[in-house]
Amino acid sequence: MTEKEKSTIVLFSGELDKAIAAFIIANGAAAYDHEVTIFFTFWGLNTLRKEHPVSLKKGFLEKMFGKIMPRGVDKLGLSKMNFAGMGPKMIKHVMKKHNALTLPQLIELAQEQGVKLVACTMTMDLLGLQKEELLDGIEYAGVAAYLGDAADAKVNLFI
Amino acid sequence: MADIVIDAKGLACPMPIVKAKKGIDSIQTGQTMELHTTDKGSMNDFKAWVNQTKNELVEAREENGVFKFIVKKV
Repeated sequence: MTEKEKSTIVLFSGELDKAIAAFIIANGAAAYDHEVTIFFTFWGLNTLRKEHPVSLKKGFLEKMFGKIMPRGVDKLGLSKMNFAGMGPKMIKHVMKKHNALTLPQLIELAQEQGVKLVACTMTMDLLGLQKEELLDGIEYAGVAAYLGDAADAKVNLFI
Repeated sequence: MADIVIDAKGLACPMPIVKAKKGIDSIQTGQTMELHTTDKGSMNDFKAWVNQTKNELVEAREENGVFKFIVKKV
């Protein structure tokens, strides 16, 4: 049995279109039988937030960040043509028309296919995000763990 | 006749390839999988996927807008 090939993606951005692109590539790579890691840092972490507010002890700034940033995939905006929230609605409509998977479905599929979702703990601290408000079944690590995976990977993307 | 037939018609990227992966995992070496898709990128997608996953593309054709592939698991 030969060792599996690896692919890694850094999701730095917190927009719907970029997150969809990241998860389509991740699912494709998993279908290629690669070991896939998505490393979520900065705004990308918002993709992993649970929809419902979780009450946690936080400082003032952390609370503010938590309120301002989108809570979960359904609140993400578009990087282009956001139109104050109309853009995401239009994209979701055309995606449905073309039978494309929604972002929540893509995330579920990625987890089912064994894609490793890793939240960057340093930026979690900066943005005041805690484990309890992020999706279940994800991992927590820093730059060394990401580089450990990336060093062996043929595909490394920064989105 | 293929050992397994996967219908991925009407499904958008990346579902056809995800279904193909599940299909190929469910059969034994030497068995074949037949796959039907309508995604326009399918022809290039499947040639690349079969090549990279080291399986054998027995047949690839288009019939009335439906792409049909037969893949042998190696």
